[in-house]
Amino acid sequence: MKLTLKIWRQKDRNDKGKIETYPIDNVSEHMSFLEMMDVLNEQLISEGKEPVAFDHDCREGICGMCSMFINGEAHGPDRGVTTCQLHMRKFNDGDTIYVEPFRAKGFPVIKDLVVDRTAFDRIQHAGGFISVNTSGNTQDANAIPIPKNDADKAFDAATCIGCGACVATCKNASAMLFVSAKVSQFALLPQGKVEAQQRVLNMVEQMDKEGFGNCTNTGACEIECPKGISLENIARMNREFLKAAVTAE
Amino acid sequence: MALTGLFLCVFLIGHLAGNLQLLKDGVEAKRAFNEYAHFMGTNIFIKVLSYLTYISILFHAIDGILLTVQNKKARPVKYAYEKPNTNSKWYSRSMAVLGTLILIFIVLHMQHFWYKMKVSSAPMALHTENMYQPRMVSQGVIEDTVVKVYYTTNGSYVPVSEVTVKGKEFYNNTEEQIKQIQNQYDPNYQPKGQNPKIGEGYKDLHSVVYAFFGHNKSDEGVTATDKTGLSANKYALPFVILYVVSMAVLAFHLMHGFASAFQSLGLNHRRYNKLIKITGTAFAIIVPLLFAIIPVVIYLTK
Repeated sequence: MKLTLKIWRQKDRNDKGKIETYPIDNVSEHMSFLEMMDVLNEQLISEGKEPVAFDHDCREGICGMCSMFINGEAHGPDRGVTTCQLHMRKFNDGDTIYVEPFRAKGFPVIKDLVVDRTAFDRIQHAGGFISVNTSGNTQDANAIPIPKNDADKAFDAATCIGCGACVATCKNASAMLFVSAKVSQFALLPQGKVEAQQRVLNMVEQMDKEGFGNCTNTGACEIECPKGISLENIARMNREFLKAAVTAE
Repeated sequence: MALTGLFLCVFLIGHLAGNLQLLKDGVEAKRAFNEYAHFMGTNIFIKVLSYLTYISILFHAIDGILLTVQNKKARPVKYAYEKPNTNSKWYSRSMAVLGTLILIFIVLHMQHFWYKMKVSSAPMALHTENMYQPRMVSQGVIEDTVVKVYYTTNGSYVPVSEVTVKGKEFYNNTEEQIKQIQNQYDPNYQPKGQNPKIGEGYKDLHSVVYAFFGHNKSDEGVTATDKTGLSANKYALPFVILYVVSMAVLAFHLMHGFASAFQSLGLNHRRYNKLIKITGTAFAIIVPLLFAIIPVVIYLTK
């Protein structure tokens, strides 16, 4: 395959950045998108140019590092996958492909396609934890009866890998899907009840502080989420938040 | 946004129920509608609801603007290439624009009807009816003559020619008659206090609406030369189009807004999601459609 890549290049946080055009040849349709980027970087290095910086780690769709906005969609045109699982067979010979970093005030660009997603870490620190007795008589989690339905929903919420595709996709750069998944995975389980009120209030407060936008329920995040996190979680967080906002002391 | 939005949905149903009465024309329907409009304008409970509605519209708009500003700030650098249609509906992303259009429409709409009815000091047409009175024209020949009468809020009729009207109040004597009394008895006679008020009329909102959307000049009771000043609107067609287009805008706003309000309030449940979605879509289509039918029908029939 022969492709024309239009890639965002930005030297550092303060650089204004711009789109550069790179032609690339001999792309196999079996390559993943990241492998294609590797080939491009080899080519750039051999030409004596600066390779394109991009995030990646596991390359099997579970780490949530690869954060590219490809041809107008987070993680590209395929559904339920991260960029590393996106294959070049989803594109056609001769295509022009735009590759941009995730765009949000909460995700400042560090270099080229690499963005700083520590805002998500700070939101997690604000409340994404539970209190567990670690003094030697920790209760076996399996000893607490939990309805299968709740356990399934909590697990589904917990599959969120924090990749930030929801923020990147949302027209408001809202982080509601991520935060709601992190709230829901605990809100559904007895272990999460202890800090439930404070958790949702603190995490939402941190989310707002980081400069993410508001949810207007367009539903784009749910469709672009590589892990299929459901909008149900956002409603659950809204419920938890309203309850806590009204009753918290 | 959700609470005010849902309250405004309820308001729409009430408003629509009132408006649908406009589809009926004729003396009875006109009187029924004007009585209804009078009730809506004077009942204390309705008054409280109307102030709640004004507050809701303002809050909904201001909150919407604030949120939109925040949301724009949340993405300072835009994408060079976007494909939003692959993951969301255009109207769900355009709520601010649709809402602004609706706000412009509300301002125009209030100027067209609400302002005339409630604020303007210009006298508004009052509800009149034609009464038929038998009169002997010559020996043994009796003919019906038409007498134009005001219908008062206490259920009586007063002939238009026999009263003076201030605002919507009727006064017994015309100034001419007072002068006559003065000349007859005592040139210095001044009527004590106020000229007695004998009743109040109904503002003729029905005819105002018909004159606004109707394109034929002559209409029973309402003509270009009517002293109430009502005449058919030269711009009836553009206004009918404006109203229909505005209702289409409202339909798309509701198409997203109705179900979205439930989600924002956390009312999402697998058993009821489909019901909310279907109700929202039906509401978004049926309510604006029924609103839009009214000016079209009036335009085509009047």
